[in-house]
Amino acid sequence: MSSATAPSHPVHKDYEGSKMGMWIFLFTEILLFGGLFLLYSIYRSEYPVDFHTGGQHLNTFIGVANTVILLTSSLTVAMAISAMQRGNRKLSITCLSVTIVFGLAFLVDKYIEWSEEIRKGVYPNGPALAKFPNGEKIFYGLYYAMTGLHGLHVLAGITVLTVILVFVKRGKITSTNFNQLENAGLYWHLVDVIWIFLLPMLYLAA
Amino acid sequence: MDSTAAHGHLVPYRTFVRVWLVLLFLTAILVVASRISHEAAVWTMLTLTPLKAGLVFFYFMHLKYEKPFLKGLLLLVLFVLIVFIALTFLDVSFLR
Repeated sequence: MSSATAPSHPVHKDYEGSKMGMWIFLFTEILLFGGLFLLYSIYRSEYPVDFHTGGQHLNTFIGVANTVILLTSSLTVAMAISAMQRGNRKLSITCLSVTIVFGLAFLVDKYIEWSEEIRKGVYPNGPALAKFPNGEKIFYGLYYAMTGLHGLHVLAGITVLTVILVFVKRGKITSTNFNQLENAGLYWHLVDVIWIFLLPMLYLAA
Repeated sequence: MDSTAAHGHLVPYRTFVRVWLVLLFLTAILVVASRISHEAAVWTMLTLTPLKAGLVFFYFMHLKYEKPFLKGLLLLVLFVLIVFIALTFLDVSFLR
């Protein structure tokens, strides 16, 4: 549609359809991680002792710290949407920026955690992992696959939220037109929900 | 643009803060339980983790204020996942 026709032709926005589309995408994400959760539960029932010792080696402090970071970032993104609904653009920008900073903090924690494991030689095909029993090899394989895929989702979420922040600053997102912000928030919350499951599965299982 | 009813229910800030505090509290229980015993760790994981996810879905993701159709769709997805998990466990138990 050319922009020349825009004034006489009101722009049609289907908020319900847009939100439904986002939710359907999130359902596919649930099933994607659901497949990994299925693998985890089958192998945990196969190697209960190895999964137990595997979990003991992980850094619980970093796992819990990352949970607090993500839960808080979920709060700030929910506040960013609420603030925008109320027309408080300034608060919305602050909350969005804080959310992005929390997301980056999560990735920094993940970097510290992974480099510690890799330094010890505990990585797929690493020298230390090769000496571990089979169940622990599977545990660490799942640990890297699940936290890695989740980490990519955090990175994607940060990217989306940054784009949304630019949109808010440029006035493309307003108190009557904030659907993109809402959908970005939904994505970020789902990333948080997945981490809620990963924490007890990997870090608290021991 | 149509009425605001279709475009989002206004949730007070304090509701979000309360949900966040409950989520942090439940996380603390999970951590403490995992230190007590293996059974406590497994049971809290199986009960409190879905509860935490439910709180995020219901309040942070506004599911509480969405149409029954969307809620039903989410239940359908979770049902499909549970069926797949159950069938796989059944299959593995036959292979043993």
